Amino acid sequence: MFEILEKKSLNPTVTLMKINAPRVAKKAEPGQFIILRTDDNGERIPLTIADYDRIAGTITIIFQIVGATTEKLNHMNEGDCLHDFVGPLGRATETDGLKKVAVVGGGVGCAIAYPVAKKLHELGVEVHSVVGFRNKDLVILEDEFRNASAKFVLMSDDGTAGEKGLVTDALRKLIESGEKYDRVITIGPLIMMKFVCALTKEYNIPTVASMNPIMIDGTGMCGGCRLTVGGETKFACVDGPEFDGHLIDFDEAMARSASYREFERKAHEDTCNLFKEVGKNA
Amino acid sequence: MPKNMSLTKNEMPVQAPDVRNKNFSEVALGYTEEQAIDEANRCLNCNNKPCVTGCPVQIDIPAFIAEVAQGNFEEAYKIITKSSSLPAVCGRVCPQETQCESKCVRGIKGEPVAIGRLERYVADRHNALAETTSEKPASNGHKAAVIGSGPSGLACAGDLAKKGYDVTVFEALHVAGGVLSYGIPEFRLPKSIVQKEIEGLKALGVKVETNTVIGKSVSIDELMKEEGFETVFIGSGAGLPRFMKIPGENLNGVYSANEFLTRINLMKAYKPDSTTPINAGTKAVVVGGGNVAMDAARCAKRLGADVTIVYRRTENELPARAEEVEHAKEEGINFRFLTNPVEITATEKGWVKGIVCQQMELSEPDASGRAKPVPIEGAFSEIEADCVIMSIGTSPNPLIKSTTSGLDTQKWGGIIADENGLTSREGVYAGGDAVTGAATVILAMGAGKKAAAAMDEYMQNK
Repeated sequence: MFEILEKKSLNPTVTLMKINAPRVAKKAEPGQFIILRTDDNGERIPLTIADYDRIAGTITIIFQIVGATTEKLNHMNEGDCLHDFVGPLGRATETDGLKKVAVVGGGVGCAIAYPVAKKLHELGVEVHSVVGFRNKDLVILEDEFRNASAKFVLMSDDGTAGEKGLVTDALRKLIESGEKYDRVITIGPLIMMKFVCALTKEYNIPTVASMNPIMIDGTGMCGGCRLTVGGETKFACVDGPEFDGHLIDFDEAMARSASYREFERKAHEDTCNLFKEVGKNA
Repeated sequence: MPKNMSLTKNEMPVQAPDVRNKNFSEVALGYTEEQAIDEANRCLNCNNKPCVTGCPVQIDIPAFIAEVAQGNFEEAYKIITKSSSLPAVCGRVCPQETQCESKCVRGIKGEPVAIGRLERYVADRHNALAETTSEKPASNGHKAAVIGSGPSGLACAGDLAKKGYDVTVFEALHVAGGVLSYGIPEFRLPKSIVQKEIEGLKALGVKVETNTVIGKSVSIDELMKEEGFETVFIGSGAGLPRFMKIPGENLNGVYSANEFLTRINLMKAYKPDSTTPINAGTKAVVVGGGNVAMDAARCAKRLGADVTIVYRRTENELPARAEEVEHAKEEGINFRFLTNPVEITATEKGWVKGIVCQQMELSEPDASGRAKPVPIEGAFSEIEADCVIMSIGTSPNPLIKSTTSGLDTQKWGGIIADENGLTSREGVYAGGDAVTGAATVILAMGAGKKAAAAMDEYMQNK
């Protein structure tokens, strides 16, 4: 079984868990993801691998509590077991030949951006990390990013952490100041990645965006995760999750990500109410 | 008991169409004991057993039917399971009308013996009896891996286990059964039956490791080099959905049949307490004419949609089983023939609004031997829809090919294997849809059994 060995709250809406999954840990690489189910009646949700330890046989996941399943997951504790945990799925981040890279993360996407930054740093790549959050309470992995980056810029929407502004403001400044990147890797909300890609296109910097669409099986079977890249339909689960950011149809991806928003909102509400009831009766 | 010379089969009781099209319970209810014995007495027990030649796994059909006629149902079960690992499944989903029953002498004048319904009766009766009674055979010390827990994998695993092999089946999803679990709907094949058959295999000693994606979690090379598996059977099926590559296919509300059916069958999205959403809309259009299209259409109907199947040829060319088409029609599914989608239109919010179709006509037969549909110039119409389900076929998943050294495949992705299932890699066998492209449950089982025999020989002579 896939035991939760460690649970840590990174901020009020983001939780880290270390899961016992030796087979997955043996193969995991940054950029890949897993799919889990909390219980026998649960939905399958994909989460990008935040870290792995091949010797201990563990996988670290970091998730934002946004829906019914992440709510349920967050109510599980150390010692509990996940019902299902499969991976590593998708393709690993390509790191060959890179010398200087800007890693641009937003919100909980930073949890996925961090292992990429770390791996590049370990490979001797000069990493500049630009991370953005809404406010200081939501900042995660700041020290970890600092340790893996030659340059680190923290941005917040309201200016309560780091500089006030968007990650694109900071990235533009770095580029304008003469930093020459072989590649920009961006992971975060779709709208943020869309604007990061629009910016790097202006400067002709190759850019990779990590997509996290709705999916079921994660092995190429359902096609639910399809997106348009350079006019062609791709499956994020097997062709990605990382794609050439300059070719992704972000508007379509944003529309698709909203397919079940109403259902998800209600399911999350129901789950929250359920936990409130349980709390009351306990 | 005298022979029953009735020209027609005993009808199988079914749920009434306007009742069943609102629930997911099984449509066909199965014979009673009386009906089964009566039907068994229609069999003439021919000496040359033509029916057996029509069975991909060569069940001794007259022998099991003779036992049914005598009321020896357990004996009948034993005869069937000598050849088939999944009788309750095959009794339901085999296209008997083109296989065993097509060869039945009684079919020359009148209807053939209802072999499928009898198989189903025998298996269900056995399964209802009690706990699985199969004894675990003595181990012969050899290890074999089976990739995929669909029909070919289960058949292969069952035959190897019966011979004493230590068999592990690897399944990518969280539930075993492959297409039997994620694809074929509950109302045609109850999932409890699939699980019961799998429990039967486990009782024979077969291990099933779910949540393991071969090629990602572990590779075939590693299974053989590091984990001590002497042979591997690839029964990974044809699970990659095809799309038409027409504008609007990525709109919200457009599904592959695989996704639509997986949400419903595997994830139980039709149940009110499911955490997996499904949107069948109010007007659903299913594109395609195979069994999967019928399944998708009938599911959408049960979820409350008004459903239309569009197919580019005519009713005569429908690849689906006649029985499935009949059931679909009875349940109120509409059909639009000679109709080929060219574009899916969108609402302002990026949802499906309709599907623009071109009117077709039939011309000369194409490579498949079926009359080729050609467009009638300028003849377009739009069907209103808020859900579109693409059911135009699947291809083998490239994952295993791309992660297994020296495994040769066809251009279209099918694994190349000889008549015994041997691939271009020593000790690696393959069968079922992964080799042939999408076909039937029973053909896949036949391939799994053949490969099991070849794997047995290989391991014994190594």
